[in-house]
Amino acid sequence: MTVTAQPAGGRPEGALRRLAGLLHRRPRLRLTLLLAAPLLWLTVLYLGSLAALFVSAFWTTDSFTSQVVRVWSADNFHELFTTPVYRQVALRSVGVALAVTALCVVIAFPLAFYTARIAPPRRRPFLVVGILTPLWASYLVKVYAWRLILSQGGLADWLLRPLGLSGPGFGLTAAVLTLTYLWLPYMVLPVHTALERLPAALLDASADLGAGAWRTFRSVVVPLVLPSVAAGSVFTFSLSLGDYITVQIVGGKTQLIGNLVYSDIELNLPMAAALGTVPVVVIVLYLLAVRRTGALSSL
Amino acid sequence: MPLTRTLTAAAATALLLTATACGSGSAGSSGGGLNPPRLKAPSKLGRAEGQVDLVAWAGYVEDGSNDPKADWVSSFEKSTGCQVHSKVAASSDEMVKLMKTGEYDAVSASGDASLRLIASGDAAPVNTSLVPNYRDIFPDLKMQPWNSVKGTAYGIPHGRGANLLMYNTAKVHPAPDSWSAVFDDAAAHRGHVTAYDSPIYIADAALYLRATRPELKIKDPYALDQKQFDAAVALLKKQNRSVGEYWGDYLKEVSAFKSGDSVVGTTWQVIANLAASEGAKVKAVLPKEGSTGWSDTWMVSARAKHPTCAYKWLDWIVSPKVNAQVAEYFGEAPANAKACAHTSDKGFCTTYHAADTAYWKRIAFWNTPIQQCLDGRTDVRCVPYARWVQAWTEIKG
Repeated sequence: MTVTAQPAGGRPEGALRRLAGLLHRRPRLRLTLLLAAPLLWLTVLYLGSLAALFVSAFWTTDSFTSQVVRVWSADNFHELFTTPVYRQVALRSVGVALAVTALCVVIAFPLAFYTARIAPPRRRPFLVVGILTPLWASYLVKVYAWRLILSQGGLADWLLRPLGLSGPGFGLTAAVLTLTYLWLPYMVLPVHTALERLPAALLDASADLGAGAWRTFRSVVVPLVLPSVAAGSVFTFSLSLGDYITVQIVGGKTQLIGNLVYSDIELNLPMAAALGTVPVVVIVLYLLAVRRTGALSSL
Repeated sequence: MPLTRTLTAAAATALLLTATACGSGSAGSSGGGLNPPRLKAPSKLGRAEGQVDLVAWAGYVEDGSNDPKADWVSSFEKSTGCQVHSKVAASSDEMVKLMKTGEYDAVSASGDASLRLIASGDAAPVNTSLVPNYRDIFPDLKMQPWNSVKGTAYGIPHGRGANLLMYNTAKVHPAPDSWSAVFDDAAAHRGHVTAYDSPIYIADAALYLRATRPELKIKDPYALDQKQFDAAVALLKKQNRSVGEYWGDYLKEVSAFKSGDSVVGTTWQVIANLAASEGAKVKAVLPKEGSTGWSDTWMVSARAKHPTCAYKWLDWIVSPKVNAQVAEYFGEAPANAKACAHTSDKGFCTTYHAADTAYWKRIAFWNTPIQQCLDGRTDVRCVPYARWVQAWTEIKG
């Protein structure tokens, strides 16, 4: 009120008062004004750009000047479904995303179990910070570090040499390993939180009823933590599916869907857009599947 | 690809940017079927307009803000009164797009961009008599298929480079003198062969086939009919089995050769020098089949708002001293014959074969493949660049 009182004269104050009264009487108007900006952001910028992507996928390009020609045709999608290389790369990308997610789950579960339930409570915050530290470093620094680890005579080779083996070198395996490293914290955190919230009474009850450790894990822990695993997998899956830089650096000659989009973006924008709809569709399907586990409601 | 470009910028050496620049560039060749719109070159220059807007590869227009030692813009501004505004383009396609806006006066176009700009009427013919330093340009760079059409000059040559065969001297025996090291004999180094990551690399395979399979009758590696194109693609698919990784920027190739992940493959002189200076046991040679290469051209927009300043810039950038500076900073052979007297490294022109006409005769400069065969054949249609791009994706699998 002090602010409104400062401009001399009763007029502006009166106008403000009327406005305040109006907003007070009409909660719907208040809500509309409050949400207009964020909703505009969501629909126009976010959904709008997705729509623009989809629409431009139906255009074609002039083969000499690479100018986009705005003529409707489904050629790009036809090509997408009939060219073996596109199918192959799309399947490979989904495979990589699934492999990274599976590896993250396998590593994150015991790790989170330790940080959430076994480690002394005083030490737990430090462990969580430790898991989060890699997120502070630059994405590129981490990927280039992995390039050094996996290169000829690098750390991986050196560690495996006593066993008579050698590192995987650059390629699909290297890409999966590096992506797993990059996205692991996104899996550990939700699982850690779920395990931390797990009531100890349930574990005791299970033991009292004669269940062994394995049975307790299977029938009590897993069902309660599963939604969090699913939530974490949304991150690991979608981040891996969209990545194209890691695979450029450590993937050797491997191509993923993002690399195809990149190579087409200047010369054949409509084809790049058509390729770009593939991960969108895959992720929507994945989210629908995850929703069935109830994970999204606990995010 | 903003992120990789950002990374490129962050790593911020001219060489890295060189890689990106040349990577996307490919030089043009004579347009048998090219009929550009009739445009006139100016016959004389007016007063300097006080400003010039340029589109350039990174490292071509330096005012000292990236590297205090690289500055040939400030002195230009002082002596001509033309304020320089420059925009760095990351690829030939971006250059073409920027020039189409009509907001720029001049561009340092690689061959594929130059041909497209000429064809679409975005680039105007250049009156070389208004560029005094043009007379000192190496004759074998003048009036070439990628900077002229039917006897009309469309730009001033800036510099050039060849794609060489680099190998690890400790691991590749005997020392290779043929591209067969990366094609027919690539399996000897399975998993450690490298190749340039661009559709234009298909021309390297065609150039090798020109020498090894005469029955295909390949004359120009940028003018391939369906049968010749299929043979080149098949060769590259076979090569793919031995390739460890493809390289797109200099950083990746230098590190791969240093660690031994790559032991043989295509390179640029500047990368070979850098890898050697960082301790890699490498050597780069021009194989007996010859090679592909690139050459950039400064062109003037047909809608230039500052044509006088643009011509002054064209003259400035190929003046002996500046051409020497930019060639050394960028890592390429200068276009001006007198530049060799001004390089800070006295052996620079020898290393880069600047004046070695016989050397450049063996180079097939990058070019935009179009449907009308560039080698003059009229009985067949050639495979256009758009299909090269598609084939490159399929080769990599």
